[in-house]
Amino acid sequence: MKTFNRVFTVLVFVFLYIPMVVLAVASFNTGSDIAVFKGFTLSQYTALFRDADLLRLLLNSLIIAVLSSVLATILGTMAAVGLHGARGRLRSAVMTLTNIPMTNPDIVTGVSLALLFAFAGTLLKINSILGFWTLLFAHITFNLPYVILSVLPKLSQMDPDLQEAALDLGCTPVQAFFRVILHEILPGVISGLMMAFTMSLDDFVISYFVTGSSFITLPVEIYNYTKKPIQPKIYALFTLMFLVILVVMVAMNLLQAQDARRKTRKRGVRI
Amino acid sequence: MKRNGLLWPYVAWMTLFTLIPLGVVVYYAFTDSLTGAFTLANLSHLGTYLPIFLRSIFLSLASSAICLVVGYPVAYTIAQARPSRQRLLSMLLMLPMCMSFLLRTLAWVAMLEDTGILNQLLGSLGIGPLPLIRTNGAVILGMVYNYLPYMILPLYTVIMKIDPRLIEAAQDLGCNGRQVFAQVTLPLSVPGIISGLTMVFVPAVSTFYISQKLGSTGTTMIGDVIESQFKTAYNPNLGAALSLVMMILIFLCIGFMNRFTDQEEGVMTL
Repeated sequence: MKTFNRVFTVLVFVFLYIPMVVLAVASFNTGSDIAVFKGFTLSQYTALFRDADLLRLLLNSLIIAVLSSVLATILGTMAAVGLHGARGRLRSAVMTLTNIPMTNPDIVTGVSLALLFAFAGTLLKINSILGFWTLLFAHITFNLPYVILSVLPKLSQMDPDLQEAALDLGCTPVQAFFRVILHEILPGVISGLMMAFTMSLDDFVISYFVTGSSFITLPVEIYNYTKKPIQPKIYALFTLMFLVILVVMVAMNLLQAQDARRKTRKRGVRI
Repeated sequence: MKRNGLLWPYVAWMTLFTLIPLGVVVYYAFTDSLTGAFTLANLSHLGTYLPIFLRSIFLSLASSAICLVVGYPVAYTIAQARPSRQRLLSMLLMLPMCMSFLLRTLAWVAMLEDTGILNQLLGSLGIGPLPLIRTNGAVILGMVYNYLPYMILPLYTVIMKIDPRLIEAAQDLGCNGRQVFAQVTLPLSVPGIISGLTMVFVPAVSTFYISQKLGSTGTTMIGDVIESQFKTAYNPNLGAALSLVMMILIFLCIGFMNRFTDQEEGVMTL
């Protein structure tokens, strides 16, 4: 049974990585048909770095991802601290509010925001309201729950006496937050930020409904591409992004491993 | 100390960008696209879309079930591994989730096409070409591929947290491996199963890209219809009505499934 499980797990991971291999191979292909490998070339990569339009789309995606994840982290951490102190009806009402975008399918979130913006556009008499701002508001909105749900558990794990002690020693509540609480919940804040960043960078469905022609992100353009014949440069971009994310994840993995080793050593000393 | 003040900016934001938009969806669903007058016409069109609704539910239930059957042994194996290997495997699991799902789906198109990679391989063995793409099976495969990590991760988190002493106790009390699994491990993984099923079913039932690329006109899903009402047919009122029905359907499903768990955090266990 154990061997079966192991072999099966390996097969499932192979299945998950097949498309990555197909796309990476296609990025070195001289032909434009992804299913037929004609010969090896690096020209897709040089073409990618000469394509100012494509790089601008990537920059747009990064701008939205950075802004929306940072703003969502600030607003979401504040909310989590407030929520941690709240009890009863208020708490459950806010939790329900937080769960709505989590449980709603992306297409409903996208459609409902698109209708809201269209409605606001007619009220404010703006013809093409869809663009940078609508995209940013939408991304902050779907990022917020991820931040809250990753900060909240850290707040409940925190020793409540810590804050009391800081206040007794003469900290104002704001100082107590920055010197004591933030330090304790930082891992949750950072993982919320990272989750928000990746969700935002890769979001297609919601962006597709709330963006206009004035500001387009990479995933939306990739969708538009797939209706026309796709440019092989995109595969080169995909492969590069894959490598970047792989490096970031391996680095995080090593940091975690170091952290875990330190913790076991500490525990060993205490025993 | 009173810290509720920190909550209000968030509550205001979520009201403006979550609650009010849902109100706008309801408003559009009940108004006429030309005159703006109150009407039930959008909702009365639903009968025509019933087969599409049923197909969406069937395809996404099938993929959720396959994800569970395939994902459970994987989650179990990861949870049994050494801590360092657990970290590596969960990283490998999350990595595909960070990559463009549009392009990964497109890679499956290249695999399954009539002249695609699989048919080329089969052709060299003298088989085919088989009609792989534009079938229900291809759409289910696309969904399973895209959403399998959403099943494995919550399952893994729950199985990992099962107290090993419970397993030992069951063994001491004379359970064999199969009984330990059926009477201890499986019942304790129910919260993970529920959140995994929700996290696969919700995006699967509302997808429009997977069915457009891997399916055909015979596999149109409700997400395709909603998308076309907003992007090509320009009937947002009908689109809103369909979204409303889909949303209610999903909330009913989740409400039904959450009766089996008592977590405050609902679908998020990660």
